[in-house]
This record gives sequence, structure tokens and C-alpha cells, in this order.
Amino acid sequence: MRGGGPGSAVGPARSAARVPSALLVPAAAGLVFLLLPLAALLVRAPWAELPGQLGSPQVWQALRLSLLSATTATALCLVLGVPLAWVLARTDFPGRRLVRALVTVPLVLPPVVGGVALLLALGRDGLVGRLLDDWFGVTLPFTTAGVVVAEAFVAMPFLVISVEGTLRAADPRFEEAAATLGASRFTAFRRVTLPLIAPGVAAGAVLAWARALGEFGATITFAGSFPGRTQTMPLAVYLALQNDPAAAVALSLVLLAVSVAVLGAMRDRWTAGVGA
Amino acid sequence: MRPARRWAAAVLAAVTVLSGCAGQEPDPTVTVFAAASLRESFTTLGEEFEDRHPGTEVEFSFGGSDTLAAGITGGAPADVFASADEATMARVTRAGGTSGEPEVFARNRLQIVTLPGNPHRVRSLGDLDRPELKVVLCDSSVPCGAASRAVLRTARVRLSPVSYEQDVKSALTKVRLKEADAALVYATDVRAAGDTVTGVEFPEADTALNSYPIAVLDDAPQPERAGEFVAFVRSAEGRRVLRAAGFLEPAPGAP
Amino acid sequence: MTAGGGSVTAGLDARLVVRRGDFLLDVALTAAPGEVVALLGPNGAGKTTALRALAGLVALDEGHLRLDGAELAPLPAERRPVGVVFQDHLLFPHLSALDNVAFGPRCQGMPRRAARAEAGRWLERVGLAAHADARPRRLSGGQAQRVALARALAIRPRLLLLDEPLAALDARTRLETRAALRRHLDDFEAVTVLVTHDPLDAMVLADRLVVVEDGRVVQTGPPDLVARRPRTDYVARLVGLNLYRGAASGHLVRVDGAEATVTVTDELTGEVFVAFPPSAVTLHRERPVGTSARNVWRCRVAGIETHGDRIRADLTGELPMGAGLTAVAAAELRLAPGVEVWAAVKAEQTHAYPAG
Repeated sequence: MRGGGPGSAVGPARSAARVPSALLVPAAAGLVFLLLPLAALLVRAPWAELPGQLGSPQVWQALRLSLLSATTATALCLVLGVPLAWVLARTDFPGRRLVRALVTVPLVLPPVVGGVALLLALGRDGLVGRLLDDWFGVTLPFTTAGVVVAEAFVAMPFLVISVEGTLRAADPRFEEAAATLGASRFTAFRRVTLPLIAPGVAAGAVLAWARALGEFGATITFAGSFPGRTQTMPLAVYLALQNDPAAAVALSLVLLAVSVAVLGAMRDRWTAGVGA
Repeated sequence: MRPARRWAAAVLAAVTVLSGCAGQEPDPTVTVFAAASLRESFTTLGEEFEDRHPGTEVEFSFGGSDTLAAGITGGAPADVFASADEATMARVTRAGGTSGEPEVFARNRLQIVTLPGNPHRVRSLGDLDRPELKVVLCDSSVPCGAASRAVLRTARVRLSPVSYEQDVKSALTKVRLKEADAALVYATDVRAAGDTVTGVEFPEADTALNSYPIAVLDDAPQPERAGEFVAFVRSAEGRRVLRAAGFLEPAPGAP
Repeated sequence: MTAGGGSVTAGLDARLVVRRGDFLLDVALTAAPGEVVALLGPNGAGKTTALRALAGLVALDEGHLRLDGAELAPLPAERRPVGVVFQDHLLFPHLSALDNVAFGPRCQGMPRRAARAEAGRWLERVGLAAHADARPRRLSGGQAQRVALARALAIRPRLLLLDEPLAALDARTRLETRAALRRHLDDFEAVTVLVTHDPLDAMVLADRLVVVEDGRVVQTGPPDLVARRPRTDYVARLVGLNLYRGAASGHLVRVDGAEATVTVTDELTGEVFVAFPPSAVTLHRERPVGTSARNVWRCRVAGIETHGDRIRADLTGELPMGAGLTAVAAAELRLAPGVEVWAAVKAEQTHAYPAG
């Protein structure tokens, strides 16, 4: 954007030429590193078997379940995560730094361990799960709700971190201005802050959705694997890998295509919304 | 010194894997790829083998049989492969990975695993059909799932499990954490879980016994020591240790 | 805690005490309805903190804040009848000008349609009805500031706070907006407190100045009195006067911290201030003789600044001061930094008043 002597024509070719090779070379290597496995998947895909795979109702069942649970988990992340991000960004209480660090724990926890932790907390015999069972007769493991819980657990830190960062960058004085106009903190949040940070929330939601869609370890540990109920695409891929790697690759491609399509559509829509 | 040497051996193994060539240098280490269910018994056997052959070390890599087989056909420098089922071993043999015929050294049978003390009084496969019971099975794509499907067919029992788990350990874990009331797992897994669960034998288990074959690998860096290890596993001492872990003897008359 | 403060007094009566680490703000403020009070002071003096305390955005550590007899200190910002116009207007960027103005009435529970009608009337008053649908970034700085004023007035506040309302504007817009603001403030029947560091804004807009330095009120009074009788160097500089403190005895004032006396026309005793404008100073290369000036000091030129056709010379020496002269006079005197000069001031051009 800036730079370039007086009278220098700023065009794409010229700005590309200006990228220093110290950055360009690792950048290109990074891109290749990210895309090479994807390319391998495409090259080695059993294209001949693909139509057969796509014809099987199990694939669509797993895909439907994946999209449904990832979207519901993202909604759950939004409902709980945005207020959490606001509290972390806008209030001061003892131990706030610790709480902030704890929020990121699911990021570093191996997902399978996360699943075990969820079982210990929300399982039929878990700390809280026991009460849910006794009082409401609700058990989460082996249910679609359990899949949503596992995915939300793993995905929520992405949303919270993203939204908190946006909130910190946003000018808190808009909330003060709203307060002087008679808005309660909640009204200020809803009518002023939320619209201002909408792009950050959208970005966080996309991250969370993508993470939830690919979730495997916590899901299979907490919710098990039953076709149509808890067997999401990643689980189906993993099980197919056991004795039919070709089918696994085919399933992966379906998941990949759908997620790229959805993410691309959302991105277009969201950037268009910002520009308007 | 021992940990340091082990570490060095691991690095060496990693380097040879990376460079893709099996080293010719004298290496006193026998590398054994073994199915995860063999962890307890093979660890014991490895230590005894080292005691009997001073200067020799046994390195284990435990994991899912499929994963290990993929590693072997992919060129991992292992001496011995012990698989949890014959189909997986057959895949390695077909790829020319074994030297000589694989030999069955143990068998495993399914048990019903229940909560400790068997509070629901499960006595047979048929009892698992009770609606108040949450039952998990292995997915039919893994060996314990295939075996479970076979015994249920024999018993003419149709179950509605709450989950098809990706391996036998996670099926067991669901019962240990009391999420499920029962599962079909191997007798050795029940034994290894101690008193956190209770095992229930059932007669149909005999119709789907799982055979564990073992073989020296074609590219073994230490073929001689590898042969000795295989012989030791099949010896009376080896059978004693395997029996203690809950394995059955190989079928009489088996090679 | 006022003992027996039974009578409800209209207007503002506040003592604001706020501690921020080493900084202590302790400011008393009173204002009658319709009055415009300007808090004037250098950066960091605590003016904005005082304003935020009035708005409820900063909690009082001590003191009180009564408006029309009601104690506001315990109330959060959103429950105070206080409107604020912020320095950089802080219009909500995602709302149109109309919805910005309607925001306050909506928060007070007015139905959407009524709130928008009300907002429309306010925009008309500030002359921006044509821009009702514009987003803030499409408005000029002056327009945005007028929308911000309409937004603050739309909640019908009993106290209107203006935080440097003209600081972000360019000179020309500033002139127009200042005049418009003056008209709106004249119409406003409740208390206005204006924070500024610009003496002109303060003089034009305020009925009374409260000068704050380092967290304290150092002077208060009507603008013309403050301008004529500054009590601190800061105020003197703002209004462009040379100011000295000293001990008076008859017509002679011995200046504190300087080897000089000033002869004045006023007759006083004790601690006094003496002030005279730079234009009252005449400069000479030789000691003036036969002049009517009673005050002559030996000084040295420390620096020279040009303001249009006027020259301002900063002098050090027996009595430090600023002197104003024409460019022609400066050239004749060959003024340059380091040049020794004699500075003369007639007694009748000085102004002395008690410091107590």
C-alpha cells in the first residue's frame, strides 16, 4: 500500500516484484507445505469408485450429521463464547489472566483427553452428568447432543480468542457513549458493541465451525460412534481407513469439498456485508 | 547408561526409517512390532528375553495391528511382527514382508465386560438385549468388531448398541467410565482392567476365536535374534506368561 | 454530607474527588440552570477526569454530585440525566445520523417510531435534517459534531457535558461550529459544563470559567475578569499577559524571585499580582532618558517569534517578560537573540490586584 517513490505506478505486478525474497521463499514453501497433502489426496483419490461412494446413503447420513452438529455447536459457541469474550475483554476481576489462560486449555488438550474429561464431567457417572441423569433423565454420551457438546468444547476457544481480540481492538468509548445515552451495559453490548465487532464474531464463528466439522478425538471418546446418531464424517473416515483406505479418501474428499464450498460462500457474503 | 543407550537406539531407528534403508551395522536390538493387546505380556517376555541373552535389547512398538502392518510394508526396520489377527498378518505376508510362515502363538476370546460386580446380572449374550442396558460394540471394521458380529450371529441375538467403537480399548473405557453397562471385548482386556470391571464368559465366544500370528520379517536387521525371540514366545515360558494375561493356547495341531 | 441541606437548589453542586495513583483531582463546581461553565486547564490537569466523573464514567472517591437537589454520585452513567458530547463525537458508525440521535430516546423506552420522529426534530434544529440517513463517516467533522450535540440533547439532559467539542475541527469549521454551539447553548435551559484548553472557546461559550491546574481549581470567575486578573502563569499565558507576584508597598511592588520592582498606579499593601500586556513594553538600545515610563529594566533577548506583522520578543534579565512590537521597530533595534536591551513600561499600563 505505502512506499513506492513519487510517480511509481502501483500495480499488481509491481507490488509482487517488491516482495522481498526473504519473505517470498518461505511463504511459497509454506503454501506448498499446506497444499501438498491436499494435492496428494486429489491425485491418489479413487476417482472411479467415487460415484459409488457418493451413492451410498451412509455417506450422506454422516455428512448431514456433521453439518448439523458443527452448525449447532457453532451456535452454542456463539451463545456462550461471545459473552465470555466480552467479560474477559471488558471487565477486571481477580484471576482474570488465569481464567483467560484456562479458556485456551481445550486448544492444547489432546482431543481424546478432552473427550475423557467430558465423560468425567458430563458422562452418566460424571460430576455433573450424574445430576443431569438423576434430575432430568438426560445423558449426553452416545447422543447427537453429546456430539454437539464435544465439538463445542473443542471449538469454543477459537471463537473466544478471536472475539476477545476484536473486542480489545474495538474502542470501548462507544460503550461509554451508549451509557451516557441511557443504555444499560447489556443494551450497549447488544446495540453498539455487537454490531461493531460483527466481522470478528463472524471470523471466530467460521474458525469454530471448521474446527467442529473436523473434530474427531473428543467426539468419538465422548459421544461414541453410531451411524446417523453420532458417527460424523471424520469418524466415518477413520473407521473406513481400517480396512478400506480408498473409501476413506473418497469420504475425505466429500467433507473437504463441502467445507470449502461453505467457507467460501460465507467469506464472500461476510466481506460483502462489511463493504456495504 | 541404559536410558541413554535406549535413547540412542531410538534415534538410530528413527534415522534408518528416515533414510529408508535398513542398516548393516551390528545392532544388538531386536525390534518387535506387536498388537496393542500384547503390551503387558510382551513387556514381561521382553525383559525375560533380555535376561537370558545378555547384551541383547528388545524394543517394542505397540499399536493397532493395521497401523503396524502399514509401517512394515512402508519400510519400517522391524525384526518381528505379532498381529492380533490373521488377516492383517496375511496382508504383510502377501506383500512379501515375512520370512517364513507366520505361526499362531496365542488365541483370544471375547467376553462380556460389565460394570464391577455385574449389577445388571448379565449372564449371556441374550441378556444384552435388555432395553435398560447401554451396550457398546467394536466397529465391524476392526478385529474385535468382526468377532463380535460373528458371535452374535451364532447366538442369533440382535443388539441395538449405543456405539460402535473404533477399537477394543475404547469399548472397554466406556464401561470402565460407567458410560456403558456392557461391551464385548477380549478376555485379556478384561484381565488387564483388574477389578474396575467384571468379565462374563459366554459359550458362543468359542465360535470366533482370534488367533495371534507372529513372524520374523523379511528385512529384519537381526534375523537370528528375531528367530530366537519368536521361539521364546512360543516356548513353555512364553505360553505361561500369555496364559497369565488371559490368552488361550493356540489350537491343538496348529503349526 | 451537608448538615441541614433541606432546600432543593436547582442546578449543579459538586465536589469531585478522584484518585488515580499519584494524581489527585479535587474540584468543586457549582452552576445555575442555564449557566455555561468552562473547565479550562492545561493537558493533564484533570479536566477530562472531572467531566467523566460528572458523567458517571469514573467513580468518585469522595465528594458529592447534586443536580437539581438529587444526589447522582451513586447512580451509574446510564441512569444520570447527563448528556455528553465527546471530543471525537463517537457517533455509532453502524447507525445513521437519525438512529444515532434516536438511540437515547429509545433507551429511555420511547417507541421506535416516536424516537425517530423526535430525532428528526433534533436534526432539524442543528440544521442536518437532509443528512438524516447518512452514516457518520459520510458527515464532515462539523456535521458529525452537530449530530453528536443533537444526540446528547435528545435525551433532554439536566446537565450537558462538552468535552473539547471543537478541538477536532479545522479552523474555519471551528468558527462556524462555535457560533452555532453558542446559539444552542443559549437556548439550553439546564447546566452546561464545557471542557477545553482553548481560551477562545472558553471566552466565547462560557458564562464562567473554572481554571484547573494539577487537579485543583486555581481560579474561577467570569471570562473578562479572569482575562484581566490572571492568578497563575498558565492563565496569564493563555490571555497573553506578563504576570508577576510580589509584595506591594504603596505604589511599589517588589517582585518575588527577581531583582526588580514595578511601579504601579494602584495603591496596595501585602501580596499582590502585577500584570501588563506585552504591547505595553517598549524596547530601547540605550537607557531611555526623559521618558514618562517609570519602569525601566535591563534585559536580554532570549528569543524572537513573528506573528504576522507583529514581533514577540522573549526577554530575560532583571524582569523576564514578553514584549510585543512591530516588525519595523524590531528591525530598527536590530533585535536578535543575545542582544541587550532596556525594557520600559508605563505605570498606568500595569494592573495590580491582591493575591489573597
